[in-house]
Amino acid sequence: MRRIAIPALAVAVAAGLLALLGFGVAHLGSDSSIDASVARGDYPTAPNAQLQLPILGGSGSKSLAQFRGKVVVLNVFASWCPPCLAEAPMLEREEQQIAKDNATILGVTYQDNSSDSESFVQQHHITYPVVRDVSGNFARAYGVNGVPETFVINRQGKIVALNRSQLDGTWLKKTLPKILAEPS
Amino acid sequence: MTRPGTRFAGVAAILLAIWALTAPAALASAPRPQPSLTDIENDVMCTLCHESLAVAQSPQADAERNYIRGLIAKGETKQQILRDMVAQYGPGVLGRPPASGFNLSVYILPPAILVVGIAILAFTLPRWRRRTRAAKSQSPNKPPAFDPAETARLDQELSQFRG
Repeated sequence: MRRIAIPALAVAVAAGLLALLGFGVAHLGSDSSIDASVARGDYPTAPNAQLQLPILGGSGSKSLAQFRGKVVVLNVFASWCPPCLAEAPMLEREEQQIAKDNATILGVTYQDNSSDSESFVQQHHITYPVVRDVSGNFARAYGVNGVPETFVINRQGKIVALNRSQLDGTWLKKTLPKILAEPS
Repeated sequence: MTRPGTRFAGVAAILLAIWALTAPAALASAPRPQPSLTDIENDVMCTLCHESLAVAQSPQADAERNYIRGLIAKGETKQQILRDMVAQYGPGVLGRPPASGFNLSVYILPPAILVVGIAILAFTLPRWRRRTRAAKSQSPNKPPAFDPAETARLDQELSQFRG
């Protein structure tokens, strides 16, 4: 019995370390379960909806839950990212059009310093609300591992469409009308 | 008339008093060490590419470097810069994660493994040595007995060698 005690202890410690390593890797890895759910039509509830995020260029914070009842086009971006730069004017034009349908674009800066983000917003005359995801925890729950990424959240707070690359002019035009037409 | 020892003690006391009065002011007015970008880069991560900023080559890394340059130009110390980086990019920007939550394992596990390893060795080594000694005492240093067939074969080969 004593003869196997030490090897058993060593094996247990090694197994524990491997489990810890596995947990760490899984914790850091990107999550594509939202993509799969949306593709199946089994729309997931937008994660971290209650999380308060600081408002860019202002005081206070906002959470996604505060937009409940509106269609939200959640655009995750960073000021240094050329594709984000390219899609910003289109998003601003879209904001002007969808506001009357009780919908909004919501910009979320992803691990970007506030001064650069503010310059970005001013440069592109962005009028839609922009909040800051300082630690990246909010966006990571959406499986974000790069920028830009865009999620359309319906009036019930479910993710109904997503695009993990730069938006072209047609994606929002094709995606939004049906979602905007849904009753609240 | 004063003795030399007393005079020396007096001078030393005056010098000590002058030093005590001026040293704090001198320390306060001493220029703070100005960090360089290289100093900071080694302690900071590119948050998107998960690499040290010292080696990361990406637009995110460039943005972080520019931000650090701005803070250095403002005259901030290394600690102030690191605090500012955490405020802007979150705790994940630090090369050495803060000692809380899951990150605690980074600080606890290596010494714990070392202690457990030493304890196992301390426990097993004496037992191994005792076992080896016991085995040796049971079989004294006698040369192994030759098999008669082997002995005959050896003698034959040696005689051939001698000619």
